[in-house]
Amino acid sequence: MLKADSITDAAARWEAETVAPVLAKAPERANLVTASNVPIERLYTPSEAEAGDYAEKLGFPGQYPFTRGVQPTMYRGRLWTMRQYAGFATADESNRRYRFLLEQGSTGLSVAFDLPTQIGYDSDDPEACGEVGRVGVAIDSLADMEALFDGIPLDKVSTSMTINATSAILLAMYVAVGEKQGVPAAKLTGTLQNDILKEYIARGTYRFPPRPSLRLTSDIFAYCTRHLPKFNTISISGYHIREAGSTAAQEVGFTLADAVCYVETALRAGLAVDDFAPRLAFFFAAHTDLFEEAAKFRAARRLYARIMRERFGAQDPRSWMLRFHTQTGGVTLTAQQPENNVVRVALQALAAVLGGTQSLHTNGKDEALALPTEAAAQLALRTQQIIACESGAASTIDPLGGSYYVEQLTDRIEREAEAYIRAIDERGGMVAAIEQGYPQREIEHSAYAFNREIDEGRRQVVGVNCFTGDAPADVPLFRVDEAATARQVERVRALRASRDDAAVRNSLSEIAAVARAGDNLLPSILTAVKAYATVGEICRVLAGEFGEYCEAFHSA
Amino acid sequence: MSEVKNMSPDVPTFWLPDAAPQGHPAAPVRRRILIGKPGLDGHDRGAKYVAQILRDAGHEVIYTGIRRTPEQIVAAAVQEDVDAIGLSLLSGSHNALFARVLELLRAQDAEDIAVFGGGVIPDDDVERLLALGVQAVFTPGTSAAEIVSRIEQVLSTR
Repeated sequence: MLKADSITDAAARWEAETVAPVLAKAPERANLVTASNVPIERLYTPSEAEAGDYAEKLGFPGQYPFTRGVQPTMYRGRLWTMRQYAGFATADESNRRYRFLLEQGSTGLSVAFDLPTQIGYDSDDPEACGEVGRVGVAIDSLADMEALFDGIPLDKVSTSMTINATSAILLAMYVAVGEKQGVPAAKLTGTLQNDILKEYIARGTYRFPPRPSLRLTSDIFAYCTRHLPKFNTISISGYHIREAGSTAAQEVGFTLADAVCYVETALRAGLAVDDFAPRLAFFFAAHTDLFEEAAKFRAARRLYARIMRERFGAQDPRSWMLRFHTQTGGVTLTAQQPENNVVRVALQALAAVLGGTQSLHTNGKDEALALPTEAAAQLALRTQQIIACESGAASTIDPLGGSYYVEQLTDRIEREAEAYIRAIDERGGMVAAIEQGYPQREIEHSAYAFNREIDEGRRQVVGVNCFTGDAPADVPLFRVDEAATARQVERVRALRASRDDAAVRNSLSEIAAVARAGDNLLPSILTAVKAYATVGEICRVLAGEFGEYCEAFHSA
Repeated sequence: MSEVKNMSPDVPTFWLPDAAPQGHPAAPVRRRILIGKPGLDGHDRGAKYVAQILRDAGHEVIYTGIRRTPEQIVAAAVQEDVDAIGLSLLSGSHNALFARVLELLRAQDAEDIAVFGGGVIPDDDVERLLALGVQAVFTPGTSAAEIVSRIEQVLSTR
């Protein structure tokens, strides 16, 4: 426990040992002053009266337990990555939206795939009926991936891909596109969502049963450790758990319990924790309760650091760091008075920044009604830019640190999340807990209670159950071009007619053989992808070896 | 919240909402209602909530779970002899999939089963779906009370 005077000493040591080397490489932004021109300190620390167990619970940015942030200078050095999730219809249409977003100042890409691509059905599969190009872009083969990144240099842009059951295939396609552009795999940067556990818990785009799916996860960890050292191999996601109705503490608890399962799986596969843990990333939601959300991110960082160091014995400080992407909460958007959503998104984005996010997606105001229009997506991006440039929230590190309220919320969320992790350990780990329906049921209960509160007026939502009665707004809606589906179906059929069938067949048999032998599947998937085997064909082979998962319900 | 009922080989299990809280007023007429999620969309928070509030209102409700085909949903509805099907979709594929369910009901002479819809569905499409024979479409923000009373009202006239 540090006294205030020793906090001053510790702060001086932090400046000299942790901050100075970073400043030498990456200076801070200029003009960090308030709106009234008052200079802003890098970090504010407690007075003597508040000292308490400062070092143990809060510490310093860039140092264990990272409660106050993972980087020594946070946004005083570089702002978070402004990364807008987008994708619809075909590769050509999505490519145009990406170029637009980059021109508007987005600093990274985030690819939304349609449901058939996410689950592993080609666009002409009967299972894909009605779904092609709806919630994201349809990718059937490498030819589509080439069109998706046409004119976008993969050594200049980092790309996040929301892909889980079929992540190995889409990663292989990304590597292949890089090769064609002359960018070696080792230079590729970005993030693969690759978090299959939360698909069984909350999101639903599973294809294979949990255990073989986890094998694919470890295969990706192992392959990326060797060949894509700058790529985040997984983005362990609380976002969808929260969207499904969890509380903030459940979001942290279930997400970190998923992380525990992934780490244990990789360790069992023979990987060393410090070889893969620095490339694990996270993804959380930001809802409108500003203080609870900021506290949630701080609690998640502290708890994860402790788990990685104490439970798994990681030695590399980068293995202890919870780095995360945030998306504002889709479920909080209202169809009524949709303009109000601009304000909700601004509060949520601010919570993410106050919580120290590494990258951020802000939702469009029209997303309770449809995919966002270009104008709505642009306004959402501007919202981040206003927070970055005008609010002052990015001028010092962890500005809420030391708030009695926020620190107590942080402690509470950490405690409750840890209790959930314990409950899952007692059930035999996350796979067993999912098979018993435990996290699903906990989320259902929270969701029901929350919706009930709104329906009964105990929880107020502006424009929904109070302050209603405005004339309905005339909101222009984005529509996916129906003809795009037909074009994509034609495209995949034409591809199948034009490629080297023997090469495709051989590569698919090789995948089946490797799946049976238990070796790393990535090299054989990369070969198949380069031969223009489709996502659907590769998944059919894998499903033949692994089986298909079907949701089953369990009694309480 | 999730009891289990083993049913048809096409639809292996159903999710049953919790029993209605004690003392909850019974529905004027107790109906059997199937909540279904056609297509590949996994967002079922709304579907489960609607299943639960219908149950709270005194009706018998079964929920198919996510990612069922229109064929599985219609087979389950016929086998379970339900009065109504509620379809939930948030992926934008409602035009194709709701139409398919209606078509299958007609083919099986089961048009007496009323079809309702819910999800992220633009106004233009709501009109289109009503014209196809969907009885009512509930879009985001519709209250539980509105959904229950509208379903009860439609079923009382059939």
